[in-house]
Order: sequence, then structure tokens, then C-alpha cells
Amino acid sequence: MEENIIELKGVSRQYDTTLAVDNIDLSIKKGEFVTFLGPSGCGKTTTLRMIAGFETPTSGQILLGGKDITSIPPYKRPINTVFQRYALFPHMNVFDNIAYGLKLKKVVNVYEDAEGRRVEKKERLSKAEIAAKVEKALKMVDLEEFEKRDVTTLSGGQQQRVAIARAIVNEPEILLLDEPLGALDLKMRKDMQLELKEMHRKLGITFIYVTHDQEEALTMSDTIVVMNDGAIQQIGTPLDIYNEPKNAFVADFIGESNIFSGTIVGERKVKFVNRVFDCVDDFPLNEKVDVVVRPEDVIVTPPGEGYIDGTITSSIFKGVHYEMAFTVGKTEVIIQDTVEHKVGETVGIKIMPEGIHIMAKEFVSNKYDGYITKHNTVCFAEGEFECDVTTLVPGSHLDEEGYLITPEGEKLDLTDRDVEVEVGLKDIEIIDNDEDGDACGSIVSIIYKGDHYQVVIRTDEEEEDFVADTEYAWNEFDRVSVKIPADKIKLKFKQTEKK
Amino acid sequence: MRKHLCIPYSVFLVLFVVAPIFIMLFYAFTDAENHLTLDNFALIFTDITVLSAALASVSVALVATLICLLIAYPVAYILARSGIKRQNALLILFITPMWINFVMRINALKEFFGLINLLDKSPYINTIIGMVYDFLPFMILPLYTTLLKMDKNLIEASYDLGAGKFTTFVQVILPMSMPGIVSGITMVFMPAMTNYVVSDILGRSQITILGKLIENYFMQTNWNAGAAISMLLLAIMFVSTWLTGGFKDDGAQAARGGLW
Repeated sequence: MEENIIELKGVSRQYDTTLAVDNIDLSIKKGEFVTFLGPSGCGKTTTLRMIAGFETPTSGQILLGGKDITSIPPYKRPINTVFQRYALFPHMNVFDNIAYGLKLKKVVNVYEDAEGRRVEKKERLSKAEIAAKVEKALKMVDLEEFEKRDVTTLSGGQQQRVAIARAIVNEPEILLLDEPLGALDLKMRKDMQLELKEMHRKLGITFIYVTHDQEEALTMSDTIVVMNDGAIQQIGTPLDIYNEPKNAFVADFIGESNIFSGTIVGERKVKFVNRVFDCVDDFPLNEKVDVVVRPEDVIVTPPGEGYIDGTITSSIFKGVHYEMAFTVGKTEVIIQDTVEHKVGETVGIKIMPEGIHIMAKEFVSNKYDGYITKHNTVCFAEGEFECDVTTLVPGSHLDEEGYLITPEGEKLDLTDRDVEVEVGLKDIEIIDNDEDGDACGSIVSIIYKGDHYQVVIRTDEEEEDFVADTEYAWNEFDRVSVKIPADKIKLKFKQTEKK
Repeated sequence: MRKHLCIPYSVFLVLFVVAPIFIMLFYAFTDAENHLTLDNFALIFTDITVLSAALASVSVALVATLICLLIAYPVAYILARSGIKRQNALLILFITPMWINFVMRINALKEFFGLINLLDKSPYINTIIGMVYDFLPFMILPLYTTLLKMDKNLIEASYDLGAGKFTTFVQVILPMSMPGIVSGITMVFMPAMTNYVVSDILGRSQITILGKLIENYFMQTNWNAGAAISMLLLAIMFVSTWLTGGFKDDGAQAARGGLW
């Protein structure tokens, strides 16, 4: 039970210039239901396709039961796939679709010859065996007596079932499912989720499931692998992932969350929204942290009885609960409660220490490698920025020709000197077009942090990231440019080893 | 209101499609004195010139179509599925000959054959080469389109289920490209039966195919026999289109393989 059925070791996949999967290490146990979860383009499907054998990793190894299968073609792997758009053969009926793999399969049969010796023969399955297996698989997916039906006449849900039957009939060691429920309606999805879970229990084989739907992942999986940008963000049980997200991305992607910037101000004490809260996580004093509070962990109290008083600014009925926005000053907290509070009402809120999850802050500042130009500006992240080069050497000044004069009177030519550049998150100004700033790119991520947004702007060519805190909401894929005041660019000579 | 937009097309259809068919029907079933007769059809099935022309037409068209298919399929497959660079440029290279007037092309081919002393060898082979040269793009294009549209997932699904490259080709790719094969055959076989310019120029008029025969009859102002042969060709086309499923709904039916 505890043995690893599949292992990925340092697996990467590069397409031309983009790295779809970046050095992934992962091992999956036999019989597990593992879900790769992440937004589109995070590398989850590419990872699945490498396990199936449709893609070869550009580097790294894939082991199946300890054996290297990295370069084995898909038709020789004991792995079957349920495709996103079913991929049923339209020129075959249901029976022929499901029997496709069986007809190709060769099994070892043992016979006794005339002298009583054991003889092993590799044989194809007989027609009766195939028919029996197909029937069993159809029963498994509740499609008895559909054998003769034309697959093009089936509904989406039925096609999906045929696709599942076609895969499991081959008794694979691993079943791969690439967003198999993506094209079904909500009700059907819910039913199929439970059925797939039940099927997993009955078959006892390893399921690897790919989805971008966090709820689906939480419902079905034993283990969730959260991916973003081609890298694994967190691996854990649904409960772990939900309750103890490792970083702001995971917290934001899994369920609704309030994410605040905070500071550790004492032993198990964290300050955010201008107030000190008790918490259960231990972090070094003065550490800048991200604080995650799930909306259902915020307790609404009558005014004055909570930790903070504020106003309800919006309220939406969501079926079981109301989702409300609570605003104090510039900070907004999302609350879920079964009791409705009207917009404009003043209430207090309380958060128990167990409801506060603290994560080390991902970005405290942006760091780049750059160089100084002959005009004493600095180039980094595909942009040229005004800067104060005299900060490189304390007490220095520039002469008329633009040379840097050190306090010792030494004359330095800075042109092409490599420097380390540091820019604070709050010091980046985002401009709504890609011309007026000094460097431009597209917004690739935006996370709301209680009183501001944390925006990641990625440049086009070298894919350098600017992480910026801003009070304005931007949209993903917006084309923007950035401006940084000269005095906010911190420069340091790069420590180069002189050979 | 929208119905009125159909009027020009309907007029065109009646004037240039329906009416000529009836005129042809009239000539096919009458003699020179406009008396109803079946003699024209009797002539077709008894006259040795007509029968040999039909045989020549069918054999030339069959061989040319087969060669076209054998050349075009790999070409279309490589263009559509191998992911080679400059795919479009290559496709255009194969298609450009269509943009040059075909009489010009065939005459060029004739000059070329003369240069390598092939012209007097076999009128049949020359005609077939000319037909292949002439109609190859018509075979490549539908095949290319079908192969390009084919869902990559189906091929991957076949590999995934344990089929190697050859089995995948025979079981999945070939049956799925049937619509392209069928329309390619239709686009090549039918014109190859009647295109007498090729047989005139490259076969040096030593082969008479049905198209040529029709022309001959019309030149002799025997409109009735000409019309009857035309009707026969029309019937052949009708039957073969029906056999290949060309009249059925394109989508589901053609995807299932059509021909079989």
C-alpha cells in the first residue's frame, strides 16, 4: 500500500522559450486519488501528458514502480487516459470503442503440452472474453445495453461514461483523468464526482485527476497537488491545503479567503488591520507575514463586543449562508454567516486564534540583476530607469562628465557595471498603458490583501516579474507599464568573483 | 424579405442548370427529326467506338485517380500532421499549378515529354501522367483539410489504448480521413473521365475518351448521340456520388467512413 507507483524526479518541460513545467519532484502512492489543481496554464495538464507518455520531459525522469519509463511510448505504458473532450472514435459504436484496447491486448496463457510441461503462450483475448469485459465495464458506468449505439448519438454525460469505460476496461495500473467533467453541467458533475470516487474505491487503482475546480479537488482527492507557473505550490490532503495553505497563492486559489499583510509583534501575536491578534503559529519577531482568514472563521458580534467595529458594505445570499463585506477604514473583510446583516449596519467582528493562518511573506521586495548605462541610468527587467548612482558608493558625487568620484577622490567609470537592484513593493507605480512607463508587461496575477491588491506584472521577453502593492484593482492580462521613482531604486555593486 | 434574396440564384439555377438538363434529355431521346426514339442509347451500348471510348475513359480515370491518391495522401499527411515548418508555403507550392491555365500546363508538359523523347512512346501513359499532373491538387486539398481537422486527441487515445503507429493509422486515421478520400476521388475521377484536352495533346489524339466522343458528335452536328452520352455520364456521376454517400448529411455520416 505504501509503495510509490509513480515518481517524477526533477521533471521539466520546455516549449520553445516557455517553461511549462519547472523541475517537479513528486511521488504518488499506489491506490491514491491524486488531483493536480491549478489555474489554466499552470502545467498540470503537461505533467499529466508526460505521465501518459504524450510528451517527453526535456529533463528529469519518470519512474513507474521503480522502472524508468521516461522514453517509453504511451502504447507500452500500463496507463490509460480519460480525455477532456472524451476523444471517442466517431466511426465506431460503443462496443468497438470500449473493446479497442482489449482487441490489441496480448495476455500470457499457460497450457500443458502432451508431456505435461508448462507452455506459456502470448495470445489475444477471445471474442467471448472481450464481450464479457466490455459488458462488465459498461455495467460499471451504468450503460448496460448501449453496446450497439453510435457514439455520436450519445449525450455528453453518456459519452463521458463510455470514455471512462474504455479506459478502465484495460485494467490500467494508473488512470489519468484530464478535466473529465469540464463539459458537463453542474448537477451532472456532482453526480459524476461521487461516482468516480466510488469507482476509485471499487477498482483500487491509482487515479490522477486534473482540474482547475478547487471544490472538485477538495471533494474527491486523497492528495491535492496545487500547481502554479509550472511549479508545485503545495502537496497535501484536502484538509491540509484548506486549513494550512503554504502561501498566499494557495490560500487565494483554494476557497474564499481574506489575505492581509501583517507583522509579528510578539510571541504568537500578529498585527494586522491595525490591531494585534493572538494566533497559533510561531514566527520570528518583526517578520512580515501574510495572514489568511477564511470568511467562515470571522465571527460577527454586536458592536463593541468584537475586536473591531465596522460597517457592512455588501451582502449577498449564497444559498446556505450570506456573504457579506465588512469594512473598517480602507480594509475590507469578507464574512460568511447564516444570519443576515443589512448593508450599513455597524457590527463588531472577532477572529479566534485557530482561524488565523500565518504564512511567511512571499515577496518583501523585488530584486533584479541590472547594469549601469553610460547615461548613469540603470537597465533591468527590460527597462531603463533613472536612478541615483551616487548611492552605490557612500559619500560619492558625480563630476561634469558623468564619472563617479569616490570620497577618496577616485574616478570611476560606471558604464556597464553589473549591479543588484532592489525595489519595494509599494514603490512601483503602475500605468494603464504600455508606453508611458519605463518597462512594460502584462498583469499575470492579482491577489486582494484586505486593504490593497498585490499585482504581479510580467515583462514580455525575459519574463521578469514586478510585484507591486497597489490600492487599485487591475485585471489579469491588462497591458501596463511601470514607473519607479529614482530615489526608490536601491543599487548595490554585484559581488563578482574576479578570476 | 430575406426570401427575395434567393431570386437571382433561383433564376440562375433554372436558366443554366435545370433548363439545359431538360434540353439534353430532349435531344437524348429524339432523333434528327425530333421523333421520340431510344436509338441514341442503343447506339451507346452497341457501337464499338462508344464502348472503347468508355473503356478508355474509365481505365485512364481509374489509374489516374489511384496514382493521385497514392501521391496525395502522404503529401497531405505530412503537410497537415507532421508539424513541419513552412507548412503553408509548401502547401502553396503544391497548389500553385492550379492557378496556371491548364492548357498551358499540359502544353508545357508536352514540350517536356518531347524533350525527353517520351511523347511517342505510349499515349495511355502520357495521358495518365498528364491527368495526375493536372488533378493532383484537387486530391491534396480535400485530404489536407480532413487531416488538418482531425482531432489530435483521437490519435492520442489510440496510442493510449495500446495501439502502435501502424494500428493507429489503419484503425483510426484512415477511416477518419474517408470523407477527404471520397471527395478527392470525386474531384479527380469525374473530370478525368471527360477531360479530352489532356488525351488530345499528350496522347496525340490516339485515345478517344468519352469527352472527346461527345465533342466529335457535336462537331458532326449529331446532337442527339452527344446528348445521350452526356446523359450517361451524368447517370454514372449520380450513381457513384450516391454510392460514396455524397448525398447524405455531411457531418455524422461522412465521419463514419462514408464509402463503406
